[in-house]
Amino acid sequence: MEDLIIIGAGPAGLTAGLYAARARLRTILLERFSPGGLILTTDWVENYPGFPDGVSGFELVDRMKRQTEKFGLEIQNQEVIRLELTPGKKTLVTDKGTLETKSLILAFGAAPQKLGIEGEDLLTGKGVSYCATCDGPFYRDQEVAVIGGGDTAVEEALFLSRFASKIYIIHRRDELRATKLLQERAFAEEKIELVWDTIPTRIVGEAGVEGIDLKNVKTGQESRLSLQGVFVFVGYNPNNELVKGQLELDRRGFVVTNNDMETSVPGVFAAGDIRSKVLRQVSTAVGEGATAAFAAGKYVESIDA
Amino acid sequence: MADVLNVTDETFDEEILNSEIPAMVDFWAEWCGPCKMVSPVVEELAQEYKGRIKIASMDVDGNRQTPGRFGIRNIPTLILFKGGEVAQTIIGAYPKSHIDEEIKKLL
Repeated sequence: MEDLIIIGAGPAGLTAGLYAARARLRTILLERFSPGGLILTTDWVENYPGFPDGVSGFELVDRMKRQTEKFGLEIQNQEVIRLELTPGKKTLVTDKGTLETKSLILAFGAAPQKLGIEGEDLLTGKGVSYCATCDGPFYRDQEVAVIGGGDTAVEEALFLSRFASKIYIIHRRDELRATKLLQERAFAEEKIELVWDTIPTRIVGEAGVEGIDLKNVKTGQESRLSLQGVFVFVGYNPNNELVKGQLELDRRGFVVTNNDMETSVPGVFAAGDIRSKVLRQVSTAVGEGATAAFAAGKYVESIDA
Repeated sequence: MADVLNVTDETFDEEILNSEIPAMVDFWAEWCGPCKMVSPVVEELAQEYKGRIKIASMDVDGNRQTPGRFGIRNIPTLILFKGGEVAQTIIGAYPKSHIDEEIKKLL
């Protein structure tokens, strides 16, 4: 039996692994893809302390991974299919077998939320995208829409301005939620046009995106923009399928923890984007990962005693 | 990447469409973070299905024709082929269990 299993090798899981390895806990970090997580969809990270010139999302997690491995953390490529959580023992059924552990850190993050409008599913892969850094280069000299008004939406719109000829940011309010600095950049970028108080109602096209139907939420006026791409950044949904019904979740399905990152099940901790909290950033994920690993160590000590 | 065949615009028809066994192609690019996440999964599947499914990858940055032909505008995209026809398209990063299910349908 392991002391600790961490599920998910994004910044939260990797940091938890770093602290657990240095604490000499018998630890395995499980990841169903290669290490990285959502930060890999970020082109350039400018707000992680210690990198005054910024760092690519890929390089940042690669550095974290190398740092954890230096201290002996074992990262295994396994996909968890089922979790059985009891205060005494945690059992994980994966694609490669069954594992048992005294404590567990859930760090499996969140996934982009869909709009839930007509045409979205049909045209995903044909002009609807949730990853500007993946798909931006396919839209060279084309017109695109970005849906959303938070940091991700504005950052991705700025990234798309390297390729697209015109970017409409469609936002349901009359001001952006994004950090002021990002707003200033968006307002200064000639290719970006803000469409305020507006929601998309339908993505139009058959073989590929041809346009988007919009509705002004204040006036009720409907309109259509002709364009070739729609990039959706309206928030995240927790990857909670494995734990639903087994521990306390908030209204939106994120995992509720106490200050020590412990969930409603003793010995099960959560860190990073999966947690119920106000700010989802690399800088918050790493602190939670460290805390969760420390608290998991204390928990293992207490049950071994 | 030992078991994953690298295909190009030049070799695609011969290697994939004319393949005697079903094939799966992973369309990726160096700039795409999630593509790098999926590649170890594709490698594992290539080992497991060796001789039964031809598993290949194509860099969309160096090869523009084939992605255009299949209307690829998102990566990672996995396309499964059987008898020279598209059998299934998987858009985005999916876990191994999902891809494995789709591959099994080809056998």
